[in-house]
Amino acid sequence: MTTRIFGSGIKRREDPRLITGEARYTDDIKLPGVLHMAVVRSPYAHANIVGIDSSAAEAMEGVVAVFTGDDVDLAGIPTAWLIPDSDLKTPEHPALAKGKVRYVGDGVAIVLADDRYRAQDAADAVVVEYEELPAVIDPEEAAGEGAPLIHDDVEGNIAFRWVMGDRDASDAVFNSADVVVSERILQQRLLPTAMEPRSAMAQYNAATQELTLWCTSQNPHIHRFIISAVTGLNENKVRVIAPEVGGGFGSKIPCYPDEALVSWAAIKLGVPVKWTETRSENYLITIHGRDHVQHVEMAASNDGKLLGVRATVYAGMGGYLSTAAPGIPTILHGLLYVGPYTMDSVFCESIGVMTNGTPTDAYRGAGRPEATFLLERMVDNVARAIDMDPVELRRKNLIPAFEDGYEVATTLIYDSGDYPTAFEKALDMAGYSDFRQAQANALASGRYLGIGVTAYTEMCGLGPSQVAGAVGFQGGLWESATVRVTPTGKVQALIGASPHGQGSETTLAQIIAEELGFPVDDIEVVHGDTTETPMGWGTYGSRTTPVTGAALAHASRKLKDKARVLAAHLMEANVDDIEYADGSFSVRGSPDQAQSIQDVALMAHLAWNMPEGMDPGFEESQFYDPPNFVYPFGTHIAIVEVDAETGEVELQRYIAVDDCGPQINPEIVAGQIHGGVVQGAAQALCEGAIYSDDGQLLTGSMMDYCMPKADMFPNFELGETVTPSPHHPVGVKGVGETGTIASTPTVYNAVLDALAPLGVKQIDMPLTSAKVWGAIQAASANGGGN
Amino acid sequence: MWPNTFDYARAGSVDEALALIGDEGKFLAGGHSLLPVMKLRLAAPEQLVDIGGIDSLRGISANGGLTIGATTTHAEIADSADVRAICSGLASACGQVGDQAVRNFGTIGGNIAHADPASDPPTVLVACGATINIQGAGGARSVGAEDFFVDLFETDLEDGELITSVSLPDCSDCQCAYVKFPHPASRYAIVGVAVCLKMDGGTCAQADVAVGGATVKAVKCGGAEAALAGSTLDDAAVGAAAEAVKADIADWLAGDIAYPESYRQQMAGVFLRRAIAAATTG
Ligand SMILES: Cc1cc2nc3c(=O)[nH]c(=O)nc-3n(C[C@H](O)[C@H](O)[C@H](O)COP(=O)(O)OP(=O)(O)OC[C@H]3O[C@@H](n4cnc5c(N)ncnc54)[C@H](O)[C@@H]3O)c2cc1C
Repeated sequence: MTTRIFGSGIKRREDPRLITGEARYTDDIKLPGVLHMAVVRSPYAHANIVGIDSSAAEAMEGVVAVFTGDDVDLAGIPTAWLIPDSDLKTPEHPALAKGKVRYVGDGVAIVLADDRYRAQDAADAVVVEYEELPAVIDPEEAAGEGAPLIHDDVEGNIAFRWVMGDRDASDAVFNSADVVVSERILQQRLLPTAMEPRSAMAQYNAATQELTLWCTSQNPHIHRFIISAVTGLNENKVRVIAPEVGGGFGSKIPCYPDEALVSWAAIKLGVPVKWTETRSENYLITIHGRDHVQHVEMAASNDGKLLGVRATVYAGMGGYLSTAAPGIPTILHGLLYVGPYTMDSVFCESIGVMTNGTPTDAYRGAGRPEATFLLERMVDNVARAIDMDPVELRRKNLIPAFEDGYEVATTLIYDSGDYPTAFEKALDMAGYSDFRQAQANALASGRYLGIGVTAYTEMCGLGPSQVAGAVGFQGGLWESATVRVTPTGKVQALIGASPHGQGSETTLAQIIAEELGFPVDDIEVVHGDTTETPMGWGTYGSRTTPVTGAALAHASRKLKDKARVLAAHLMEANVDDIEYADGSFSVRGSPDQAQSIQDVALMAHLAWNMPEGMDPGFEESQFYDPPNFVYPFGTHIAIVEVDAETGEVELQRYIAVDDCGPQINPEIVAGQIHGGVVQGAAQALCEGAIYSDDGQLLTGSMMDYCMPKADMFPNFELGETVTPSPHHPVGVKGVGETGTIASTPTVYNAVLDALAPLGVKQIDMPLTSAKVWGAIQAASANGGGN
Repeated sequence: MWPNTFDYARAGSVDEALALIGDEGKFLAGGHSLLPVMKLRLAAPEQLVDIGGIDSLRGISANGGLTIGATTTHAEIADSADVRAICSGLASACGQVGDQAVRNFGTIGGNIAHADPASDPPTVLVACGATINIQGAGGARSVGAEDFFVDLFETDLEDGELITSVSLPDCSDCQCAYVKFPHPASRYAIVGVAVCLKMDGGTCAQADVAVGGATVKAVKCGGAEAALAGSTLDDAAVGAAAEAVKADIADWLAGDIAYPESYRQQMAGVFLRRAIAAATTG
């Protein structure tokens, strides 16, 4: 038999077009007569708009129109995750500001011109008079007394207050515990920085009343109904196309004002309208991630039993509530507070706070990195408090292996896991006990080595729609897919999800190849167009392989069942006597008589000779609603050295053992882990959006905002264990976010481990050399280490 | 990303360039500093005069010292055997500018005219006592590197003046090094230290030291030089120089939100020690 395609590291079919520049992104699509939109954006974080004078702009060559908030009659941009029982306020988010701006970059007017340069010239010529108001950026401060009020209808700037767990029960655990450790953790703002900035182009046909919107979207079907809602067009008259999308990391989930504005302007003016953001705009207006101030405590017994965790989280929402924002620091965060440990008490109060920052929303990992970080940070703190090796402490508290369901204190039921095996494997790869000796030797010669070990599990493959409904997500979380085979035996798989860099065109084809026996190169995966593809909720939350993959597996199995019956009929055999191997059906006992899957597909299309009651054609569709989340897990280990003279951190080794069930394509899994680890490690080491007190983004370009670079990283050492998900047709779990979720605390704890002998106990992320050096100086002024 | 409207002309000679530049014009060399600020609309010159095609402005000649034409690229300087022999510190600094693509486009003339405080080459030019050769409508003049750099993005150049070349004295008998602590975001210098040591047996006869990155301009560090000169570069002398350098730059400190002045000042001491080590072992 040929090598099995499922599980083999075939090359990503997406790469040739991406690498050679042949991919077609939104901005590459040119329409005759297109007008370019430039947006006049607020230079202030918080201000009243006193007046707008666009007369000079309107008079400029090539300018067709200038519109302000008063002209634009779109419904507000909606928030689509309405957390129940949280006293949620959803302040109005007009597509263009009306009367007041709430963050630097808030749109005030749009200019439409025949040329992008002229549009910008005219945008610069729009004169806006502002009355500046005091601004607030820090979420805890914004929730405090005397903070400037950002929306009149959001009292105290508090958009929601979500409570998980029983406060009294939690207090009881903490009051009687031997040890309680605490820390104020800052989950700094991050800028998602997809390689392709956002872009949108709309075209309206007045005769048919049809709107086509090309845009950078992770979920074109969601964009379709939001655009339908804000424009008032019927949903079946709106076509959303996400062509090649160059990364998103969550930032292309939301529907933004810009997509709505090009649609509105195209309808209003009757010509196509295009907008593509610059990188500077991208940093100002495309959602940011994280932005939590967390007050965290963990309780434990002196002999190392973890008893409970509790946290008060101030989550910065920015100037408006973005599409999924309320769900991130709540459902996707608090529910992960148990992690991989046998810990019985959890409590979280998460307060969503309006600030004068850019709106925040889902960014790779979305809520789960913030949970995993606090958990792992506190476990290290407990270890120090009770003087126990942090690895020993984790080992003592890991949930033992389970194959089908394990309910934890947050009410989640983990699907399957074998945390101890992954943990010990990673420790073996790292040579943990030898490292502790090497660390002591290095210290004796004045060198500071450190190790960080993170055990994690996370919830992804979002998720059962019933759960979505229960937690206020304004949509379902199923996926649908169609497997369509042409008469010549080539496959088109149409999916509602919308991959944008993950390699899903390759992995999903591998699933179909495995199920149906077509050569993988004969299978195309079609996505990103609401007219061509069946409904789906999109690509995020590490859900495309688990959910769309399952839909495809089931659709393929239906086809295979049909093929088996048709093959039996064609070979005049009993269905029960049909054997299948490698894309071919044969009759038991007479192997020379066979029908390939392609033969069967052709005969199904010709329909000359069908069994009684069988419909022609060779195509099946499947809606798939997952019965549970999937829970990948693993252990990551980082080894660092800190240069005490400069505060520089060198990441020397990174070991990652991840379990995402059976790996469909190990190369793609490795790629996801590499990228995820880099992104998460960068949060620990160098990334962070910084605002001035008056709300100006000081890290407005890559000159100041530190993107990770390849030479900052060693070769990663990857390992795996394989624990299938019991509820998934091919057992797979998501792996898009695990790297990001696990790596931030791993690297952070490694650095703090290195600094322990110097007496440094806490540093706010990112751990830049200046901050590390400053912490060393401060600690030595306080008498240094022990 | 959308610059204002401008006119473009390509000059064939220095005279033509000077005639074309006008009041609102800017010379265009590698474009690696000018075009980014134009794209951000932080600069809006009405006229660009491209000097990239003027042969006389390009190339390196060794004539005892060195004369380097203004449009010579960082890559050409870094790779030049003459520069490595006569002023290895400059070759090293140019080799640490940006990445290979930047070095292939960026020019020494553009670099020093732009006078970004975090640039690399100026620090070596100041340490080694380079001379900047300038041509204007009124004729030619030369100015020492230390006087050329005035402040943050500010030089001694008058409007419409063109840098034609940079001259360096012969440093081949010196031990030179340029050591850079790159900003993790931009890879420009948080601090860059250039040292040029003239050794007489085991004794340092003359020390030239300059610091950039941490400062609004490349600063010659007399205190550090005095601490090193006449010493055997023993720990005490190097330690004293590392202290002195912080005082030398105290009036010129620059910083940003992530790497503040105070930190950069301290790092100047650390990197001076590293530069001396690199010069004497390299
Ligand atoms: C990504 C990136 C990274 C970089 N990293 C570094 C780094 O690490 N270290 C570093 O030192 N630099 C760095 N640079 C800057 C780079 O070295 C520039 O190329 C250089 O600073 C400017 O040279 P240029 O030839 O591109 O000048 P241009 O951009 O063409 O011009 C810059 C300015 O100088 C003027 N000018 C140019 N030539 C002359 C002349 N002969 N006479 C008078 N005026 C003139 C122009 O009018 C303009 O005002 C980086 C640049 C980029 C884009």
